[in-house]
Amino acid sequence: MWWTRLRALIVKELLAVLRDPKGRTVLIVPPILQLLVFSYAATLEVTNVDVLVLNRDNGHWSQDLVQEIQGSPTFRSIRFTNSPDEVRLAIDTQTVIAAVEIGPTFSRDIEAGRAAEVQVILDGRRSNASQIVSGYLGRIVGTLAAETPAGKRMAADAVTVVARNWFNPNLTYQWFMVPNLVASIALLIGLIVTALSIARERELGTFDQLMVSPLRTHEILIGKLIPPMMIGLFHITIYILAAVFIFGVPLRGSLLLLYGSAVFYLASVVGLGLFISALSMTQQQAILGAFLFMVPAMLLSGFATPIENMPAWLQPITYVNPLRYFLVIVKGVFLKDIPAAEVARQTIPLFLIAIVTLSAASWLFRRRLE
Amino acid sequence: MTDGAPFVRIADVVKRFGDAPPALDHINGEILGGRITGLVGPDGAGKTTLIRLMTGLMVPEEGKVEVLGFDTVANAADIQAAIGYMPQRFGLYEDLSVQENLNLYADLRGLPLGERTATFDELLEFTDLRRFTTRLAGKLSGGMKQKLGLACALLRKPRLLLLDEPGVGVDPISRRDLWKMVENLTKEGIGVVWSTAYLDEAEACDSVLLLNEGKLLFTGSPVELTARVADRVYKVSGITQGRRQKLARYLDDENVVDGVIQGEAIRLVMKPGTMPRGPDDGSAAPEMATTTSRFEDAFIDMLGGGPGGRSKLAETQTPFAIGNAKPVIEAHGLTKRFGDFTAADAITFDIPRGQIFGLLGPNGAGKSTTFKMLCGLLKPTAGEGRVAGFDLRRDAAEARNRLGYMAQKFSLYGDLSVAQNLSFFAGVYGLSGARKRDRIQLMTEIFGFARLLDMSAKDLPLGLKQRLALACAVLHEPEALFLDEPTSGVDPITRREFWTHINGLVEKGVTVLVTTHFMDEAEYCDRISLIYRGRSIALGSPDELKAQVASDELPDPTMEDAFIALVQGSEEKEAA
Repeated sequence: MWWTRLRALIVKELLAVLRDPKGRTVLIVPPILQLLVFSYAATLEVTNVDVLVLNRDNGHWSQDLVQEIQGSPTFRSIRFTNSPDEVRLAIDTQTVIAAVEIGPTFSRDIEAGRAAEVQVILDGRRSNASQIVSGYLGRIVGTLAAETPAGKRMAADAVTVVARNWFNPNLTYQWFMVPNLVASIALLIGLIVTALSIARERELGTFDQLMVSPLRTHEILIGKLIPPMMIGLFHITIYILAAVFIFGVPLRGSLLLLYGSAVFYLASVVGLGLFISALSMTQQQAILGAFLFMVPAMLLSGFATPIENMPAWLQPITYVNPLRYFLVIVKGVFLKDIPAAEVARQTIPLFLIAIVTLSAASWLFRRRLE
Repeated sequence: MTDGAPFVRIADVVKRFGDAPPALDHINGEILGGRITGLVGPDGAGKTTLIRLMTGLMVPEEGKVEVLGFDTVANAADIQAAIGYMPQRFGLYEDLSVQENLNLYADLRGLPLGERTATFDELLEFTDLRRFTTRLAGKLSGGMKQKLGLACALLRKPRLLLLDEPGVGVDPISRRDLWKMVENLTKEGIGVVWSTAYLDEAEACDSVLLLNEGKLLFTGSPVELTARVADRVYKVSGITQGRRQKLARYLDDENVVDGVIQGEAIRLVMKPGTMPRGPDDGSAAPEMATTTSRFEDAFIDMLGGGPGGRSKLAETQTPFAIGNAKPVIEAHGLTKRFGDFTAADAITFDIPRGQIFGLLGPNGAGKSTTFKMLCGLLKPTAGEGRVAGFDLRRDAAEARNRLGYMAQKFSLYGDLSVAQNLSFFAGVYGLSGARKRDRIQLMTEIFGFARLLDMSAKDLPLGLKQRLALACAVLHEPEALFLDEPTSGVDPITRREFWTHINGLVEKGVTVLVTTHFMDEAEYCDRISLIYRGRSIALGSPDELKAQVASDELPDPTMEDAFIALVQGSEEKEAA
């Protein structure tokens, strides 16, 4: 009997989302946009930047350096100038991100075995990109330095660092980003679909109809929670397929662990969605509420910036953010075959958060009925 | 009063929205100054579209509308300066006071400062809102809001006043006030267009344009229209028992065009040259007399007569034993307070099996609150409600399995198809397997959904939406039916059909609670509780209520007369 009622409600919820053109749009457009924007546009790598070179030296060492810079794939174009004023202007107007100034005695100093200097002027307004460009330039200069007579002499007793990036040997940006997106799409879809569900019924006047039916309150809650979770799992699956087959991200761990923890993750997310839905009178309020939660949740999750970099007082807030835990699991499963014990360690907080959000949602839901 | 040239000339106007059948289909008509012209028809007939065409806010697809000599397409601005327009939901600012709203609209309409004091004085006098100038518009009753809306529309005296359903959500008393106000305006030569779905309002107009599904059925004076059924309307009274069965039998007679219950009596419209038959069951012959014809009689006659008296729905209903003495729906001292406002104050009644009980009252009087407490949507502050013996708060699910609910606003899932809606409601009421299939099959047959099963519910015409709502409410054969203003705005044929089903079900022992502000619907009830200001001020059969207010001047009061007299009586008692 209860199963008949619940099944009817679940089928209805799915149909209500899928048959409503607006509902379908929510399911299709944001996931595609997110995948495209985050995996192609919002890249943290620095490429396609322009550099200005002011070379006041005529020796071959400076020529070598310029050629090295020109040969780097990072820079889109290299321009040359003879006037320091132009360096100022180019940085001011942001036509270049960096200017490399080579002094008149550069080659002579190197040949004489003296310390030679290269000045790099960076645009501090674009601090992150500048830092990376500075790194690149430093590496180029370092390579050159190793070839100088003084450099060759020292190489014999120098310590060389050989960096090897485990899990992502080529530091492919998409290997890092696409698994992240699996977690964030589930957050987006789970939150919005749930947030809209009750608000939509209130707006259409069908909510009373539901309340006078023999459905018990907990059945309505379960019937409202399962469909968004099903839709969330569907999107997770699509994203996993895209990660493996389109972006070539290695899938090294167990999918079973991933899906197992995803259920708890989605439960905590739809609990939040339902809470927002019970608070909202209209669908607009529900969407607004969902985004009000989502933006800070993304920023405080380790999605783009490491949690360890946040100030100490802010870090505890991330403990209540379900995205934080699921990100660890999803990246772990994809890139490094995370052990089951670690997945469990991350799933327990998800389970606790789910209990809190679901009970809060049902408490609010019942209260709003009075 | 008319000076010859009509104020509005509508020539062969067509307006379509999307692929649907035209909202207005080759309409012709004239509206004269100095009189009230009724724009009459059920919801979706095209009334609002026609009014918006007259304001120039919308342009016709074909044909031409001329207002006060201006073409609505070429000279919309000239028209808008000369008319007053009150849309269905007049744009009052709910957070501004009555006076602030008036000031704002005076600014918007460019009323010169020097004229304001005099105009405001006149309008406040006219609308009787002087006592409330500092009250927020949001805190006004429905009737007072309409009056304020009217005052705002009248700030610069228009030559033509367009009122879109001013009577909706307004209790009969305020409606009469509003009507009198508008009548006074026509004496000054102003032309008034009053659109309405209430056919009794139509009857009071000087002339009407009767619309149905975008087509013009009639234009002329209502007297002319009612004349077509004159001498064919009979009142059959003296029926002691089984008036619902009797009505059903009459409706199956091919000579009967239309029939409704009026308290203890039955009102019939006959085909020309025929008379209602006597009883064929050997009971005493009822009294029969011709009575004055009404607008609605003529409307039904024009539409080719009402539906028959048989309800397939009722015929397939498993009967509930009526002998059981226990009431099916009980309200004991139901009270609901919101803060210090008492929305419902100790409402008590019970409804025996197989009866129709009506909650009648103006909007905001507390009938919806009472209704919601009884079907478990609101928790009473005090008192208790029972359905089929189950307490609504404690055994809610048990009680709810036994009730069917139909809301005033169409409240099915619009994005789901007809079949999916039926399947959903069957499922939540626990029907499965063969029984679910059979019941859905049956509803499909009874209500003629066969070709519509895949259509989204929101795209159905209003009448079919209403049928689908009823089908979903009775799928699980409930013992008690809760109907919240079930037929407001619906065309009279669909309304007849609806009541034929309800009457049939009641004969099978289904118990019905209905809220309504339709006096016609009240007549179908076995008993009525008149709710006013949160209290039940009268309880009895429709005829008892009417008898309470009968006087020498008013020997045969209508339900509306009774309503008004009882409400005024209660106010006087309170004042005393």
